[in-house]
Amino acid sequence: MDLRPRSHPTYLAFVVHRVSGLLLALFLPLHFWALGSAITSEARLEGFLRWADNPLAKAAETVLVVLLAAHLAGGLRVMALEFLGWRRRQKDMVAVSAGVALLVGLIFLLNVV
Amino acid sequence: MSDASTKGDAMRAGRPRPATPGVHLWVVQRVTAMLLGIAVVVHLVTIVTAVRGGLTAREILDRTQGNEAWLLFYVVFALAAGLHGAIGLRNIAAETIGLRGRGADLAWLGIGLLMAAFGIRAAIGLYA
Repeated sequence: MDLRPRSHPTYLAFVVHRVSGLLLALFLPLHFWALGSAITSEARLEGFLRWADNPLAKAAETVLVVLLAAHLAGGLRVMALEFLGWRRRQKDMVAVSAGVALLVGLIFLLNVV
Repeated sequence: MSDASTKGDAMRAGRPRPATPGVHLWVVQRVTAMLLGIAVVVHLVTIVTAVRGGLTAREILDRTQGNEAWLLFYVVFALAAGLHGAIGLRNIAAETIGLRGRGADLAWLGIGLLMAAFGIRAAIGLYA
């Protein structure tokens, strides 16, 4: 099997964009359902938030924030490619997208712990 | 006149071909992507700011209750996210398991609108 085309960073960026999109799309109904249920009263929302205070929930939230930021940054890169055309510095744009996603995740983590 | 010759005449006259559902969905996907590009930035800034010092129900509700701007923001956000997510899932399903066709497209549209409705329900809960 020839793996050469897949060894390019843009292929990795494509995989990250697709996987993050898939996970976010699966998380979305859960997020809406949980928030929609919790919001029926202030006490229920407070109870939900206190439950979410555990380290495992915070770790999961951090992963979600990174996925969201990665999908956003990757999506902006894809749209720039589609509407502005191919740029020679594609690898740099992939690196910037990854950097933005990890930076947002780190800022979240530093604020939540 | 047969259908084939009508289509041929239309093409010769330079009229565009009828757009396929795929083209419409691509446009919806990109328009929602642009809206989400702004909404997700706002959402991320709100998240990292709000979690500072811990989240409380009162803090969230103080920001959203009776605030039309946040309600409008979340309604647009939920609608864009629901449709964008469903079209993304539709593309993955078409490419991986070959789930295609008008019926499948309509089903995905329904799923997207249902997802959006769940989000809008939550947004109204935060506003009311």
